[in-house]
Amino acid sequence: MTDFTLWDIVRNLLLAMRWTVALSLIAFAGGGLVGLALTVLRLSPAAWVRRLVALYIELFQGTPLLMQLFLAYFGVAALGVDISAWTAATIALVLFTSAFLCDIWHGCVRAIPVGQWQAARVLGLDRLRTLRHVVLPQALRIAIAPTVGFSVQVIKGTALASVIGFAELTRTGTMLNNATFQPFTIFAFVALGYFLLCYPLSLYARYLEKRLNVAGSR
Amino acid sequence: MSLVRVDALHKSFGNNEVLKGIDLSIEAGEVVSIIGRSGSGKSTLLRCLNQLESHDSGVIEINGRTLDATTMTPARLSEEVGMVFQNFNLFPHKTVGENVMLAPMVVRGERERDAARRARKELERVGLAEKFDAWPEQLSGGQQQRVAIARALALSPRVLLCDEITSALDPELVGDVLRVLEQLASEGMTLILVTHEMGFARDVGNRVVFMHQGRIHEQGDAKTLLSEPQTPELQQFISAVL
Ligand SMILES: Nc1ncnc2c1ncn2[C@@H]1O[C@H](COP(=O)(O)OP(=O)(O)O)[C@@H](O)[C@H]1O
Ligand SMILES: [Mg+2]
Repeated sequence: MTDFTLWDIVRNLLLAMRWTVALSLIAFAGGGLVGLALTVLRLSPAAWVRRLVALYIELFQGTPLLMQLFLAYFGVAALGVDISAWTAATIALVLFTSAFLCDIWHGCVRAIPVGQWQAARVLGLDRLRTLRHVVLPQALRIAIAPTVGFSVQVIKGTALASVIGFAELTRTGTMLNNATFQPFTIFAFVALGYFLLCYPLSLYARYLEKRLNVAGSR
Repeated sequence: MSLVRVDALHKSFGNNEVLKGIDLSIEAGEVVSIIGRSGSGKSTLLRCLNQLESHDSGVIEINGRTLDATTMTPARLSEEVGMVFQNFNLFPHKTVGENVMLAPMVVRGERERDAARRARKELERVGLAEKFDAWPEQLSGGQQQRVAIARALALSPRVLLCDEITSALDPELVGDVLRVLEQLASEGMTLILVTHEMGFARDVGNRVVFMHQGRIHEQGDAKTLLSEPQTPELQQFISAVL
């Protein structure tokens, strides 16, 4: 049991890190798609649609991600639906990510001057065409830095998926610790793993932010 | 038949009644200057003409078709009415050429090559052919405004609405924009302008409409009206701006 070499530990953690990366990518891609749809819906002319989206965002921002994971896993299981930890973690993280991204992106859309909407409108563009060709491309530019910054939160958020038994980096660290009783070494490596994933993204977000401020309005 | 016909137009923002019954007919090829104090409803009238504001009651007809949000899509309306704004509102993420080409391609489904050819022609018309590949931020205010005019013209609207389009410009750049308008007028374009350029209204315009407190207080032939204003309000306004 205890004849784990340091390399065994590192190797297992590296293998588990693949799942952290995969879960992060899926959460981010799925959350991005849902978030984009929500961003468009939040600009709907119908007030009740806007309110519904706002409520969705409040709900996911106002409750801990851990509870969302529990609900997705144990809650859905209690309804008699067989759900794997992988599916539950994916669903919870996608919804969580979509709410935050929608909020970030909505703010970016709101930052585009109303004159841009009006200019597009008098040129004959309807709402969706205006969004697609005029507003979103400009909003995207200012959204990149905060979006990349938020991706760090998603990566760290995947650690919570360990509590429902999904064997990503944190969970694997816990299991290795149970086998080897070397908590300091193991969790130092786990932390290092997250750091190696997150730090470059943080740096990149900061770089993008700076470049945006220098580049001016285009 | 008038190109633009406005009948008993009313518009309120909350309980602030901004347009209190506007009647106005404009013929094709006319150049109409709308003047009046700030807050008298000039912009609101213009914005009702292209549905940027919805009106509460009354009728607006353009080219014989009633404006009505349910029947007039932005695309359909853009065939009749173009608009240029005080702040240019060019799309900063697109080059000058792309600004002009966007609507013809996206709204009319024109091919890129045709749209580019048309854009070059319209830019030439406003004296900016060489700026096709420039970015809006590289242009002076006067140049940006002329691009905005070219962008509107690329859709061949029957009427061009201009809301104080020289007000945000440095004085030395105003002339360039006014010259473009004058040329459009001489080509027979129907223009409805909210303007403070009294010289332009008198020399290029056919008609002046003086708005006061949400109503058309006085209107008539440009030269006559500006040299012999009938109402004390217009007399006062003219002496204030001259
Ligand atoms: N979107 C709006 N919401 C509320 N009030 C408005 C709005 N637009 C204009 N107004 C009001 O309508 C009145 C007329 O404005 P406007 O048509 O812009 O006048 P002008 O162009 O002659 O200066 C003003 O009192 C202004 O405050
Ligand atoms: Mg105005």
